[in-house]
Amino acid sequence: MKTNKKLFAGGLGQLTIPVIAIVLLVIFNLIRDPGFFGIAVMHNNDGNIVLTGNLISIINGASELAVLAMGMTLVTAACGGQDISVGAAAAIAGSVLVKVLKSASAINGGTVILAFCSACIVAMIFGAFNGVLVAVFKIQPMIATLILYTCGRSIAYWINGGATPTVSSPIINAIGSFIPGIPIPTPVLIVALMAILFKLLFHFTSLELFTQSVGVNGSAARLNGINSTFIKLLSFIILGVCVSVAGTIGVSRLGLINHETLLLDVEMDTILAVAIGGNNLGGGKFKISGSIIGAYVIQMLTITLYAMKVSSTDVKAYKAIVIILLVVIGSPVVKQRFGKLVEKLMSNKKTVSVKGAE
Amino acid sequence: MQEATLLQMRHIDKRFPGVLALNNVDFTLRGGEIHALMGENGAGKSTLIKILTGVYQMDGGEILVEGEQATIRSPQDAQNHGISTVYQEITLCPNLTVGENMFIGRENSPWIKHKEREERADEILGQLGIPARSTQQLGSCSLAVQQMVAIARAVDMNCKVLILDEPTSSLDDKEVNMLFSLMKDLKSKGVGIIFVTHFLEQVYEVSDRITVLRNGELVGEYLTSELPQVELVAKMIGKELDELSALSEVDEKKSVQGEVFYEARDLSSSDAMPFDFTIRKGEVNGFTGLLGSGRSESVRAIFGADKVTGGKVKIKGEEVKITHPIDAMKHGIGYLAEDRKRDGIIADLSVRENIILALQVMNGMFKPISRSESEAFADEYIKVLNIKTASRETPVGSLSGGNQQKVILARWLLTHPDYLILDEPTRGIDVGTKLEIQKLVLKLAEDGVSVTFISSEVEEMLRTCSRLIVMRDRHIVGELKGQDLTQAKVMKTIAGGEKQNENE
Repeated sequence: MKTNKKLFAGGLGQLTIPVIAIVLLVIFNLIRDPGFFGIAVMHNNDGNIVLTGNLISIINGASELAVLAMGMTLVTAACGGQDISVGAAAAIAGSVLVKVLKSASAINGGTVILAFCSACIVAMIFGAFNGVLVAVFKIQPMIATLILYTCGRSIAYWINGGATPTVSSPIINAIGSFIPGIPIPTPVLIVALMAILFKLLFHFTSLELFTQSVGVNGSAARLNGINSTFIKLLSFIILGVCVSVAGTIGVSRLGLINHETLLLDVEMDTILAVAIGGNNLGGGKFKISGSIIGAYVIQMLTITLYAMKVSSTDVKAYKAIVIILLVVIGSPVVKQRFGKLVEKLMSNKKTVSVKGAE
Repeated sequence: MQEATLLQMRHIDKRFPGVLALNNVDFTLRGGEIHALMGENGAGKSTLIKILTGVYQMDGGEILVEGEQATIRSPQDAQNHGISTVYQEITLCPNLTVGENMFIGRENSPWIKHKEREERADEILGQLGIPARSTQQLGSCSLAVQQMVAIARAVDMNCKVLILDEPTSSLDDKEVNMLFSLMKDLKSKGVGIIFVTHFLEQVYEVSDRITVLRNGELVGEYLTSELPQVELVAKMIGKELDELSALSEVDEKKSVQGEVFYEARDLSSSDAMPFDFTIRKGEVNGFTGLLGSGRSESVRAIFGADKVTGGKVKIKGEEVKITHPIDAMKHGIGYLAEDRKRDGIIADLSVRENIILALQVMNGMFKPISRSESEAFADEYIKVLNIKTASRETPVGSLSGGNQQKVILARWLLTHPDYLILDEPTRGIDVGTKLEIQKLVLKLAEDGVSVTFISSEVEEMLRTCSRLIVMRDRHIVGELKGQDLTQAKVMKTIAGGEKQNENE
């Protein structure tokens, strides 16, 4: 009985919906094609031993989304709104990265780090710009970030003078695909690293508690001495870091920066990942892990649809259908009804077992 | 002048989950009278008004309008019966013109006859002597005029009963006078006006009759001219001996002679008038006064909760600057806010997280309290304060009001404050918990903590405080201690004390 209860208690938690969605997608794919998740060990063009297969490409392909979703979760929790400029900001960060790399005489470890740091600082500045609009001027996050959403890709265009320069370097290649000797794609490792960094951040600071307090009840948080303006601003700056990481992965995959197409339309998928992860888009309590799973759900869905030979123009429509289902099932109304149903079933069971005992 | 009965509410009952908000309340309004509806917070005034305007449905009783049974299920029904309401917050559209506001939502024809409407609007405004033109944008008028336009709109809808809910709270003296002359004008035209306010002087200036509610029950209906202010205050606050009087014998009100812990001179904030205040180490004092008298605003100024606009503050004799809550907290001040839901609990977070919050803020972002430490703190205070919760990880929002309050108390006790401000810590919680909180306050004082205690229940304050600061209409009007700490004295001071900090 006790284990039963625990199962249900956990079963109604925040991660239920995304986990169930992943499991259903896996089962669906296994029925459709038992070999879908087969993982093969292969030599790639560079002669490295690497893992390949649908599962690997799903996890790899979701990397930028997962990184952005982590930062977006924090902004959502603190501000009760979303940043729709992440795609455009990533294009800026990517352009800065390439600009610095291009201006260096030779691309080595040092220049790559310098280029990434520059991209990161620029992205944090743009994050702070959004953050000031939201936290200080109290503009709705979606409206505030609409500004950068609109002009971000133009700024990216100016940085490299309108060209789409390429960078070819084994280091950049390693970031975008595989590090020699390691069979796991590097972007996947970067996601893991970012997740660990967030974990450490929450462990060594009280940011999580403060962010949730500001998101749940800003007035009470203020009266407890929390500087909510700072917390909101900080969430946008941290998202800036995530943006620069995502932009770097994106640029490294292709070895070039295309300011028009880099991470195009990623902002909506990011918000969706946060929502599928069971986080309240109105702010408050959050789970970064939920958003990461949400990112993988979206990517698995996309890959599944492609594998089913759905044409790329139709994919969006099918995706929308599944997402509607997920969001409705995850809505408070359905959750509450489900909770009541479980309660009813449990109490029925209890009376039955009590009767049985008698 | 007095006409026949216009509106009768008989035996009105209204239940909310767990509370009887109105219990067998009668209310009668005659044509051509201004009838003040009085009562402290939670007395049932707004519930009664909302039943009358169709926002709530009553659970029992009947409403008669001009002698005929009336069913009021929606604000529209109320309007059809000639009952109109003007709320404290203006509910018109500031970006439309005065004339448009007066007719919006009332025209059946899809074609708007601008000319006709403007003329009609100007006519009404002229009749009522309201200084506004129909073509003027509403937002450009003063608040008082906006309020009057709302009234004009109500009047034009053939209203017989006009409800004014706290209409004067955002007006200055001159504007109040303008509003009053309009009210008197309407009265002479036979309209019955229900006037809800917490300003005692205004009630005496303009009303003919007073109905007093307390704890959802009718206390009585009186002619204003026959009810002295002191008695009104007594009726609003209630004098019945309550279950807790046992406590009063325990405590002898010795005046504390310790060093002065906190001292403010001419302290003012965006919401509080300048005032002076001191508290000694180990002293329990209190601010008393009716709702809206400025008691909460004053303590909020001490804590830096509102924008502090002036004054000098000394802690232990040293001048300090407190402009934000964090400043106050760093100087050892804790503040339990009046509105528990809005300013106190973080509902979705656990009991544990709520308890450690203030201490964590004081420790700073980079010294997080470890999980095991925070669990130990939570367990300790759950035990000490006897907080009834399923576990320390239960969201605090699912606890009862009294236990939520204890969680917030625990939050501040954990910071080991030198000075604790408790604004209505016992509101809306059960009798047992009230007693526990009062005992705790006395215990804290014994341990050398200074406490400022605010409560709507005078009894409760007399039991715990050794000094009472009395406020009326945002000014301190008296200070009582020792032998003067009696209910009669408190009421007398609330009703008739001289203003001390009138001139700033």
